[in-house]
Amino acid sequence: MTAPTTDRTAGPSAPSPTAGPTTLTLAGALNLGLRHSLEEDPAVVLMGEDIGTLGGVFRVTDGLQRDFGADRVMDTPLAEAGIVGVAVGLCYRGYRPVVEIQFDGFVYPAFDQLVTQVAKLRYRTQGRVSMPITVRIPYGGGIGAVEHHSESPEAYFTHTSGLRVVTCSHPQDAYTLLRQSIACDDPVIFLEPKRRYWTKAPVEASLDGAPPMEAAAVVVEGADVTLVAYGPLVATARDAAVAAADDGIAVEVIDLRSLSPMDLATVEASVRRTGRLVITHEAQQHGGLGAEIAASITERCFEHLEAPPVRVTGFDVPYPPAKLEEHFLPGLDRILDGVDRVLGRPHSLTGREG
Amino acid sequence: MLRSHVHPTAVHERRETARTAAASGRADHDPAVRGDQLVQLLAPDGTRTPDPEYEPWVEDVDADRLVALYEDLVVVRRLDVEATALQRQGQLGLWPPLLGQEAAQVGSARVLRRDDFVFSSYRENAVAYCRGVDLTDMVKVWRGTANSGWDPFAVGMATPQIIIGAQTLHATGWAIGAVKDGTDAVAVAYFGDGATSQGDVNEAMVFSASFRAPVVFFCQNNQWAISEPVGLQAVRPLADRAPGFGIPSVRVDGNDVLAVMAVTRQALDRARRGEGPTFVEAVTYRMGPHTTSDDPTRYVDPADREVWAARDPLLRVERLLEREGLLDDQVTTAVKQAADSAARRMRAGCLGLTAPEPLSLFDHVYATPSSWLERQRSQYAAYLAMYEDGDGTAAQDGAR
Ligand SMILES: Cc1ncc(C[n+]2csc(CCOP(=O)(O)OP(=O)(O)O)c2C)c(N)n1
Ligand SMILES: [Mg+2]
Repeated sequence: MTAPTTDRTAGPSAPSPTAGPTTLTLAGALNLGLRHSLEEDPAVVLMGEDIGTLGGVFRVTDGLQRDFGADRVMDTPLAEAGIVGVAVGLCYRGYRPVVEIQFDGFVYPAFDQLVTQVAKLRYRTQGRVSMPITVRIPYGGGIGAVEHHSESPEAYFTHTSGLRVVTCSHPQDAYTLLRQSIACDDPVIFLEPKRRYWTKAPVEASLDGAPPMEAAAVVVEGADVTLVAYGPLVATARDAAVAAADDGIAVEVIDLRSLSPMDLATVEASVRRTGRLVITHEAQQHGGLGAEIAASITERCFEHLEAPPVRVTGFDVPYPPAKLEEHFLPGLDRILDGVDRVLGRPHSLTGREG
Repeated sequence: MLRSHVHPTAVHERRETARTAAASGRADHDPAVRGDQLVQLLAPDGTRTPDPEYEPWVEDVDADRLVALYEDLVVVRRLDVEATALQRQGQLGLWPPLLGQEAAQVGSARVLRRDDFVFSSYRENAVAYCRGVDLTDMVKVWRGTANSGWDPFAVGMATPQIIIGAQTLHATGWAIGAVKDGTDAVAVAYFGDGATSQGDVNEAMVFSASFRAPVVFFCQNNQWAISEPVGLQAVRPLADRAPGFGIPSVRVDGNDVLAVMAVTRQALDRARRGEGPTFVEAVTYRMGPHTTSDDPTRYVDPADREVWAARDPLLRVERLLEREGLLDDQVTTAVKQAADSAARRMRAGCLGLTAPEPLSLFDHVYATPSSWLERQRSQYAAYLAMYEDGDGTAAQDGAR
């Protein structure tokens, strides 16, 4: 380990890890998580396009270069393969790089480094070389953006053994999961639901008592239907549970949090009680997380299922222009339609074949 | 002068001066923009800069042609301002202003042939204008009603590229195909200073040099990649990189429409004669934000902007026209009318663009129908119908 060992102090404005909860936006919670990680571990360095002077296009790294210096918070040349490849080299010297990819659609130039190097180096070297890289990616749609700014690329990464993939849905998890990801000795693809960056909630800036990074969370309890969501759609799923309650249906909402590895035990336990499973994600359906969850749950507790699992997802088309995205993205009503379907209530496909 | 190799002493000197410039913090000390290091035919004050090598390339630019160029510059600036206003009024989702880069774009685009082909980034709307792109088509992508505005084959310009640098490889492939087909048409790749860091751009230079492909790499060095200054992408002038790939390069005053025309014509001529690619670095400045979402006050020194305002590409043509007695009331009025009318057409076209029909979501994914997608389409149609049959409200809640 040849990373520097000197300590740096944070800016005066930052809430300390023990000061009690502060109300933050999801973006603000990420910023605080980065700040505390930089303070705690001198091996942590940040790299990305426009993250220094500008503070990132979503301001997630705002003020960090000012407070930690340009040698720890680095604006890089405009090349994603370069950013991730250089992060690999920094890992060889004991650093812990946190890299920002500006938008989901721009991660692909780095895909080669991620799949052929970052994911495989521990395995290739029989554990001698660790790649404790965190790749932060704002992802998902719903913000009316132009092409390549609204994608949900999680399945490419969950399909790649050796990468961990996590995503947060609210400010507390933004803080907790990001700090855990940075501290993790494996590479983590950290997906940030960009349309929820401005969601506010109290955040406890501490890892004490935090659930492990791999654990799913039951965020709404219910006995009738299990609804699995993650990232941007957790809020929508919660709304769906409230709406369903008006109809006397108790929906249990599970926030998956970690997409790889996946906490299927939590999902399975819920399905064993409800007998009904709906999975929702923004990403396209084919070969997506929904397929993996449906297949795994069917394998594990087929005899407890009262209805085939239902997937409510983006359609299998490239992300459409902004004026059509409301039709692409699963919303409250499409999720409720899926809930009706597993319950055998009238739904959009009633009278049609599956 | 076309550079075919980098002279080590010259480079060294340039780095020394660059250091001094950086220390002084003044853009006009920066050798990157000093007239004597750039091809220039028209100085900021509207006087001609003598240059025996490049003047012949614009010999045919007579009074009428000069007025036409002036009109282009005024119109594209007016369109850019109009689009920015449309964004501010909520009619466009986003707009990437080209303010300050009019001469680089008009000068290069106006010397292309109909059968040449442009591969650009998102910022080349003045190039699109010169290619004859319909003004409604120009704003579709930014209004969010389509992922592309125009038919590339109808105007000789590919769908603008958002993935930084990707289009340079496409230009190279097009050019290799053109040679196979026995034509002397040329591909022009437009990209920014930031793009030069991407692997794709460097690979495009390797491929085009190996295949002697007729490509003009037209790099607009507007000094910024969002908030990152060009010095982060390259410690030497961008044009110095190309000779290492075996590609001759030239640095031109990108705010001088005549010089841009001259160097582009020279590059096109080389390409048409089978001499392969040329790299043009048009040194200019992004006078506006990166896009309408950007806040340049976080990173731009207003003093630098002032320095560049004095090098305005449009003003210097205006001054030249004045000097030569070509800017009478008739011309001024005609140009203003052309600009206003273009802006009106763009606005009307923009406001007329409505959201596409929901089920069009499923069109054009594959060349032939897929049963998987047909099923999704029909299920979504049933879903929408359920709401129409009920209370009539459309089931459009995805973005909630
Ligand atoms: C592969 C990729 N990475 C990042 C981005 C985000 N991005 C959009 S424009 C831009 C800066 C481009 O700078 P430059 O090439 O100089 O062109 P300019 O915008 O100045 O015209 C960046 C980083 C992107 N569009 N594509
Ligand atoms: Mg630029």
